[in-house]
Amino acid sequence: MKLPIYLDYSATTPVDERVAEKMCQYLTVDQMFGNAASRSHKFGWDVDEGITLARKQVADLINADPKEIVWTSGATESNNLAIKGIAHFYQSKGKHIVTCKTEHKAVLDTCRQLEREGFEITYLAPEENGLLDLAKLEAALRDDTILISIMHVNNEIGVIQDIAAIGELARSKKIFFHVDAAQSAGKVPIDLQEMKVDLMSFSAHKIYGPKGMGALYVRRKPRVRLEAQMHGGGHERGMRSGTLATHQIVGMGEAFRIAKEEMATENDRIRMLRDKLWNGINDMEEIYLNGDLEHRVSGNLNVSFNFVEGESLIMALKDIAVSSGSACTSASLEPSYVLRAIGRNDELAHSSIRFTIGRYTTEEEIDHTIKIIREKVEKLRELSPLWEMYKDGIDLSKIQWAAH
Amino acid sequence: MAIFFDNNSTTPLNAYVLEAMMPFLSEFYANPSSIHTAGRKARDAIETAREQVADLIQSHPSQVVFTSGGTEANNLAIRGAVCGMELDSIAISPIEHPSVRDVVFSLQKQRSVQELAVNSNGQISTDSVAKFIENNSNFLMSVMLANNETGCIQPVSTIAEMVRSSAGFMHTDAVQAAGKIDVNFEKLGVHMMTLSSHKIYGPKGAGALIYDKAIDIAPLIFGGGQEKKLRSGTENVAAIVGFGKAAELAKEKLKENYAYLLGLRARLETQLKDIPDIVLFGDKSERLPNTTFFSLKGIDGETLLMQLDTQGIEVASGSACGSNNLKPSHVLAAMRIEETLAKGAIRVSFGLQNTSQEVDELIDFLKKFTNISTSH
Repeated sequence: MKLPIYLDYSATTPVDERVAEKMCQYLTVDQMFGNAASRSHKFGWDVDEGITLARKQVADLINADPKEIVWTSGATESNNLAIKGIAHFYQSKGKHIVTCKTEHKAVLDTCRQLEREGFEITYLAPEENGLLDLAKLEAALRDDTILISIMHVNNEIGVIQDIAAIGELARSKKIFFHVDAAQSAGKVPIDLQEMKVDLMSFSAHKIYGPKGMGALYVRRKPRVRLEAQMHGGGHERGMRSGTLATHQIVGMGEAFRIAKEEMATENDRIRMLRDKLWNGINDMEEIYLNGDLEHRVSGNLNVSFNFVEGESLIMALKDIAVSSGSACTSASLEPSYVLRAIGRNDELAHSSIRFTIGRYTTEEEIDHTIKIIREKVEKLRELSPLWEMYKDGIDLSKIQWAAH
Repeated sequence: MAIFFDNNSTTPLNAYVLEAMMPFLSEFYANPSSIHTAGRKARDAIETAREQVADLIQSHPSQVVFTSGGTEANNLAIRGAVCGMELDSIAISPIEHPSVRDVVFSLQKQRSVQELAVNSNGQISTDSVAKFIENNSNFLMSVMLANNETGCIQPVSTIAEMVRSSAGFMHTDAVQAAGKIDVNFEKLGVHMMTLSSHKIYGPKGAGALIYDKAIDIAPLIFGGGQEKKLRSGTENVAAIVGFGKAAELAKEKLKENYAYLLGLRARLETQLKDIPDIVLFGDKSERLPNTTFFSLKGIDGETLLMQLDTQGIEVASGSACGSNNLKPSHVLAAMRIEETLAKGAIRVSFGLQNTSQEVDELIDFLKKFTNISTSH
């Protein structure tokens, strides 16, 4: 078994070998390296064929029309394009947007920027299990609401929102609905013929495709219009300019093709491993599962180990690559805003570890992980005065700490 | 095997670059924002690439912001500076790439936009710069370092000095120049510079904005706060690593490559002059070593291009990004080249993979083609 054990598949995934192979075909001199926008020569045409196929492969996974797929540099850009694109295009109809406190930073920070531009944003709080209460969502909608942006699967706690139901609500009120599906594509079935979603963001590197590549689904019927955020050359029907990174597009296409083919069997295996991990540690004292277990993506387990500091635990678990919170915010030592939003106190939010299991995780790795966690948590707790006090039966929440 | 003479549109990936990239697709795939060992490894690789890119244009690594490519860097520079510093007016040259032109014109509703003048040799007139500066303060000027169609090198350092002395801000799109001629960020005196990876034998999907930290740039893309909050989104590690390696190689072999490309072009242009009715564009100016832009009088560019294509020779009729439309090149229009002549324009841009034999094949074909075309 190779160490460290990688259990951070929600942060990013390795490129699948089959994907890497496809990408290489579009990289080297003896192969297809042309500029897809060069319509005038054969180098450009070969490349165009590869891109057309990739567009179909992405569309197939989500049951959409290839014409509804706009390539971007990643889910962050997709989220920015969707939210700012709608806000800027439809601002004469209203300037109110509804989203949720547990969205990814790419959605939240984009909304904050729109606030600076004079838009009004409602940030809904989820329930304790991480799921949105639809009645509360409905109550937040107003006559001037132009957009609802809710993620499909949360990146930290893995809970799955009821996108179909939110879509029905949004459509009945004639409000655009954007879904950040970076964490759900390839893990949860998505059918855009059925779901009333107007815009959906995708990432390639979360499902064994390359980094630096994403897509935005933009519905054609009923038509959704966007103000472009990047100008020049008019690629992607004017919605997103810039030379297309051919090898990356082809890689994303192949990753989505594989996901469609293997999702069902892969999910069963991953869920089995996840349950094994949870069953292997859930008898430990003072540990808390964050987020609903039932409405949850198969590979995610987010656990708070009370009386252990998350960062020290990550350091102690140096043979296991995991996150406390999401990768994008892990540079800061703030407790996870997602866990705070579902009502966890600072201590529990600080002591959380996100385990995310994926395509290459083995049973042996899970067994070893269980063993290391039990050992390290026990060791860290032995060093903790708070743990000692807790064991002595002192109620820590009632202690008045002296100020220094 | 086909001959690719369209290296200003994109270049094949260098084998060493590919080799440098591969481990970051398969083995070292972690997210550079993750704090575990694997994540820190990816972070280190990005920082090495930052040094390599900074080195190519003699800037400091802290001045480098990685983007998804040249188009995004141009958008970030222009929209970011204009919005970040609340500038009132923008001046650009009339020969800029669409990724500069389109973003500038998208700001036209709120800001005044003016175009500078270009002479028939493809050079931006410094007089038109002086005139603009007289009537504007609090502005951004964007002039490319070398034009993608003619290859003409622009007097950017002179213009930057004029701009700085009147407290304006200066951006240059150096996408075509970097790696082909010596580019020095500090000496040019610009506030911002755009670079692209895939024009220098690096992968598509990576670019950079080099910026003077004294200026305020508003981000275009919000989210995880990567790249010092100027460009959110998980970094494209493999592409950035490839960009770094490509920059390192370009810097290392700059003189050698320059001489090689110049040799190919000299071979082409000397022989081109034997063909009657040939007109070269911008050849009176200092140019990039690899670019030739010409027309054969009375011959339509698209026809010639398709004919060349059947011979397996790939050239361009203007910039690739504009190839969807058959309008004559905006660069030639700005140089006041007559429209029928402009419509015949063919761009040959050499790359390091091209050979003298390939040049001769092109010449042979052109000679045959002009004989046939003029004989009936």
